[in-house]
Amino acid sequence: MNTKRRTFLKGTLAGSAVAVAVGAGLLNPRQALAATWPKSAFDSKDVAGALQGLFNTDLTIPSADIDIRAPDIAENGAVVPVTISTKMKGVSSVSLIVEKNPNPLAAVFNLASNTLPDVSTRVKMGKTSNVIAIVKVGDKTYSARKEVKVTIGGCGG
Amino acid sequence: MSDTIKIRATVNGDICTVKSLIKHPMETGQRKDKKTGKIIPAHFIQEVNCEHNGKNVLNADWGVAISKNPYLSFEFTGAKPGDKVTLSWSDNKGEKDSITTQIS
Repeated sequence: MNTKRRTFLKGTLAGSAVAVAVGAGLLNPRQALAATWPKSAFDSKDVAGALQGLFNTDLTIPSADIDIRAPDIAENGAVVPVTISTKMKGVSSVSLIVEKNPNPLAAVFNLASNTLPDVSTRVKMGKTSNVIAIVKVGDKTYSARKEVKVTIGGCGG
Repeated sequence: MSDTIKIRATVNGDICTVKSLIKHPMETGQRKDKKTGKIIPAHFIQEVNCEHNGKNVLNADWGVAISKNPYLSFEFTGAKPGDKVTLSWSDNKGEKDSITTQIS
């Protein structure tokens, strides 16, 4: 009985979150729980859900000032080097999303004020997909994307 | 000393570049064991923290999409040779490790 009630609550929350989020932006649970791992964002199966979980909105401003360095063609999807950098000032976080992965959100880097917005890491990519970089400056989120072609997938091996 | 983390921090002018390699399986929870056909449970690093002289400079949240044996590099300002840089990680099974190095 009780467990059913839980699932019901979860279902309604998930459904209403999308509808509410368009007009939201007032409340930000991420700020209140800054030190915890954003589970809902990482568990999300689509890009919009990941953005909702992180920023409470899936609207981002496309920006030409974000530089994504990744190979055009990755021979091995298990190890794709990606560097995200930008010249923007006051960047508080840099997020990395692989659009067509089962869980698109790969990483969120929260930066201190003296940390430069220039991070590199290596990600797994299941198939050819866009790599999306999200840069948060103040309360605005900027995005850029770059397609990486994958010849051997990194998932399922 | 840490068995799982290799780190190098170098300073050029005012900017410190931190490069690190962490030894970790980064299991996604989506792969199947070929012999048993069972799904291998997820085992991945969730949080990576870096401190410079005790002050937090980077706090990264990672998902399963980060490659096995993760590589991470980033830069921060306000550093000088001899400063201490500490890098630590923790994964979804509660395992953790950390290392402290001096900027050269």
